[in-house]
Amino acid sequence: MYDGGKIITGLVVGVGLLLFPVFYNAGKAAKAPDPVLTEKAKAAKQCVEATSYMKSDHMKLLDEWRHEVVRSDERYYKSSSGKVYYKGLQTTCMDCHSNKSKFCDQCHNYVAVDPYCWDCHIAPEENQ
Amino acid sequence: MAMDRRAFLKIAGLTALVGVGGKAGFELLAPGAVDAAEKNVPLTAAKKWGMAVDVQLLDDAVMEKCVEACHVHNNVPHFPDPKEEIKWIWKDTYEHVFPGNENEYLAESFEEKHFLVLCNHCTNPPCCRVCPTKATWKREDGIVMMDMHRCIGCRFCMAACPYGARSFNWSDPRKAPQELNPNFPTNREFPTRSKGVVEKCTFCAERLAKGQFPACVEAGNRVKPGVLVFGDLDDPKSEVRAVLRERYSIRRKPELGTGPNIYYMI
Repeated sequence: MYDGGKIITGLVVGVGLLLFPVFYNAGKAAKAPDPVLTEKAKAAKQCVEATSYMKSDHMKLLDEWRHEVVRSDERYYKSSSGKVYYKGLQTTCMDCHSNKSKFCDQCHNYVAVDPYCWDCHIAPEENQ
Repeated sequence: MAMDRRAFLKIAGLTALVGVGGKAGFELLAPGAVDAAEKNVPLTAAKKWGMAVDVQLLDDAVMEKCVEACHVHNNVPHFPDPKEEIKWIWKDTYEHVFPGNENEYLAESFEEKHFLVLCNHCTNPPCCRVCPTKATWKREDGIVMMDMHRCIGCRFCMAACPYGARSFNWSDPRKAPQELNPNFPTNREFPTRSKGVVEKCTFCAERLAKGQFPACVEAGNRVKPGVLVFGDLDDPKSEVRAVLRERYSIRRKPELGTGPNIYYMI
């Protein structure tokens, strides 16, 4: 191999540069933000379904809701606890979770998802 | 496990009893009662929602009230450029509303008169036939509905609608000029639309679900009782059928075969 020393040095430096961010940030992962509950949400104790289900599947539930409301005009949701809720992002979800920036946005930003709900649906006014 | 005939019949009988006690039992005894209780609203299901407009009672003041009520309720923005206009319900002249029916010797009272026009919620809606995504479709209760989540903004429906009842959002409605849209969005319980979707009158489907009349009907009748009669055209006992039985009425462009469900009582 001609210029073997230079090539290997170059490779080592190149790979080193490539991996630098990995080692530099190792162990410093940004902590996942915890959604902040409003007083009203705390008082209600439980969302329309169990917290673990809401954490993992709220997007599926919202997708089902919008489909059922718009396409089938089924506007009431009977939760597994037996309580009946009006299906509505603006009117039901955000009535309790009126702190969109602390409840929705910070997690969505963390996982880099950009749901387009708010292009049409009106976010609650936050006073802070 | 060995089971004799007697034990089997006992178990089968008990199971059937438990079944009757459940939802199935309710359904047998009173059909629809369970669903009604779950829905928790007066059942407003109709077969064919429609409207009769009393042209004699109609004047500009009433129409403006109807239009305003609709646009406030449904967060309809106002744009100065007519090309960007969003219309759910509006007023127009005789020759625009009933083209082909105008003549030289038209009654004077009709020359300057305006008519209230909106989506006709056709029985055979051409907009729904052309929609490639089924974002607009005919509901079982007759409403020609829009699913804004699904609309891709191709505007085939706008080309298909012979009544001009559909509007396209050329820009974000929330960026409509402030001076024309104070306090927009006006109804914070209802969404706005986004740029790139088509919108139209929905007969205020979410109000109907609560047992309320559409916003225009409520507002119009507050000023002139009886100017807009809303109801189920499929129900011979409904109020709208009662007025249509008594008064002569015309519809917009019936020759196209769309089956419009807005009736104008002349």
